Amino acid sequence: MSILAGRDTRLIVQGITGREGLFHALGCRDYGTDVAGGVTPGKGGSTVEGFPVWDSVAEARDASGCNASLIFVPPPFAADAIMEAADAGVELIVCITEGIPVADMVRVKSFLAGRNSRLLGPNCPGLITPGEAKVGIMPGHIHAPGNVGVISRSGTLTYEAVWQLTNEGLGQTTCVGIGGDPVNGTSFIDVLELFAEDASTEAIVLIGEIGGTAEEEAAAWIGKRLDIPVVGFIAGATAPPGRRMGHAGAIVAGGKGTAAEKKAALAAAGVLVVDSPAEMGARVAAALGG
Amino acid sequence: MKIHEFQAKELLRGFGARVPRGRVIEEAAEAAEICREFGGRCVVKAQIHAGGRGKGGGVKLAASPEEAERLAGEILGMQLVTHQTGPEGQKVRKVLIEEALDIDRELYLGVTLDRAAERPVLMASRSGGMDIEEVARTDPEAILREAIDPQLGVLPFQCRRVASGLGFSGATARQIQAAVASVVGAYLETDASLVEINPLMVDSRGDVYTLDAKMNFDDNAMFRRREIAELRDVHEENPLEVEASKHGLSYIKLDGDIGCMVNGAGLAMATMDIIKFYGAEPANFLDVGGSASQEAVAGAFRIILSDAAVKAVLINIFGGIARTDRIARGVVAAIEELAAADTPVEVPVIVRLEGTNVEEGRKVLQEADFEFVVAGGMASAAERAVAALGA
Repeated sequence: MSILAGRDTRLIVQGITGREGLFHALGCRDYGTDVAGGVTPGKGGSTVEGFPVWDSVAEARDASGCNASLIFVPPPFAADAIMEAADAGVELIVCITEGIPVADMVRVKSFLAGRNSRLLGPNCPGLITPGEAKVGIMPGHIHAPGNVGVISRSGTLTYEAVWQLTNEGLGQTTCVGIGGDPVNGTSFIDVLELFAEDASTEAIVLIGEIGGTAEEEAAAWIGKRLDIPVVGFIAGATAPPGRRMGHAGAIVAGGKGTAAEKKAALAAAGVLVVDSPAEMGARVAAALGG
Repeated sequence: MKIHEFQAKELLRGFGARVPRGRVIEEAAEAAEICREFGGRCVVKAQIHAGGRGKGGGVKLAASPEEAERLAGEILGMQLVTHQTGPEGQKVRKVLIEEALDIDRELYLGVTLDRAAERPVLMASRSGGMDIEEVARTDPEAILREAIDPQLGVLPFQCRRVASGLGFSGATARQIQAAVASVVGAYLETDASLVEINPLMVDSRGDVYTLDAKMNFDDNAMFRRREIAELRDVHEENPLEVEASKHGLSYIKLDGDIGCMVNGAGLAMATMDIIKFYGAEPANFLDVGGSASQEAVAGAFRIILSDAAVKAVLINIFGGIARTDRIARGVVAAIEELAAADTPVEVPVIVRLEGTNVEEGRKVLQEADFEFVVAGGMASAAERAVAALGA
């Protein structure tokens, strides 16, 4: 079992004729994902590496029946690409692009309200259901099918967590990167709700970071609604206030959004919080073994 | 991106805010004439990006043109220390000479992103001159909030509600409404991340002035805000951080002694955290990017090593799509390049490589003409880096 993506995922790539877009379209196909083709306005009718290219998402959806889109469009045009996919009715939209203006994402969120599309990201690695489908830029081979769900605001730190799990002999149901921007499509709670309904997910790793209150909101939800073990780590305990730590959303502003507050909220909700990022995998193993 | 007070005031004036008369100078000799023009009294205000300038001695009232020139001379060139500058302070290169006004009441107006609601929020309070965070902590009820629809901007009834909520009516209320419209307009039309008028001042005649102003901007939107991007003052930024941004690296200088080079922002923060976990302090945050190319690694080495406090370097790379053997070759090539340029790496370098082709990657490091300390996991890498400090 899994959430969000699996064997029935039929994917298109927006920006497929760009270097990144093509590289990762191939990466997803090599992993076994059903990649139907891609979209680049003005290049419709051509093919690239065997992928058909359409001019618009609507044409791509009509022709291919795709239900997911992976976006590599540059920041000035990415918000438009997301809204185009939503307008075409694509169910799952995963935006990898980093550097989209916040004002654009605020507009995107109001555009998505009332539509049936789910946006993951932006500024995220995407998601993977090991052994079934990869809709993202993560290295597929570090993953293994299994029973641990992973949710994270980060990219390589997620790979670190997954690698620790796989080395502990613990596979994953689905690993979801929600992204490091202050305004994003899918929240921790959205993903937690899906994992809670997925019978095969027996434990969850939640990786947060400084900035905002998404982890505190997740903690409140976990405390009330979840009865499987959750191991948590919050990156940025040593980050100075008022400085953006790489991710646009990773900033302690006005004394709010510190790692200490987030860890305390998670611990109070029964989350097994680790202070060392090297202990994420071992802690899950201990929780499931005991 | 941040800008100076005088620049923020100029922008806000364009959106309808009433701003005191003022001029920016870099030579103290110009102060007296401007002060005379303003009626013989003026305020001399240091222009640096940090807050807390008044408490640090960077804002002074001059009762005569001669005093204005003397104060401007004292403030220009000083290392102004505030709670936001760090102990070394920030050099003052410009002062704003502004007309002196009679302050009756001080208010606060600000607009920022409400992350939970995912839309802008306007905040107002009667406690002008105080940090809004301080008000939020001590008296959260005292902050008026208006959710802003980014499509519509602030609506007239919201402006009226804020003015009456702050306790004003008549002509003064109308001026406050204009100030509210100006902060929201400036926020929405410039891709700002923060606009503050603090204090918004009401004088003894009931006229409303923007006495101090602050604006920060969304770096990701500066590609479409050229006129704003041109307001950047690199003198106000850490020179190493400016250099790093030229190489496309995300670098933040910290106070510790273990330099960090990591791919990915989350992993970079986690690496800083694990250094602290094992009892030492990171010297920096540095994200070399997902692929950690040879050019990025060489640039990162130069920046980390130009911080004299660095006693050891910890490289933590999770090779995903980018194969670790290629990254390892990039690290070795960067070190050779630095040695050839007569700037050899002379501190211990601890490397933790993980991911695709890791065995091959570690072999590249072991066979290199440089003594890397190769660590297996994040924990042992951090332990070895901390141990290297004592060696």
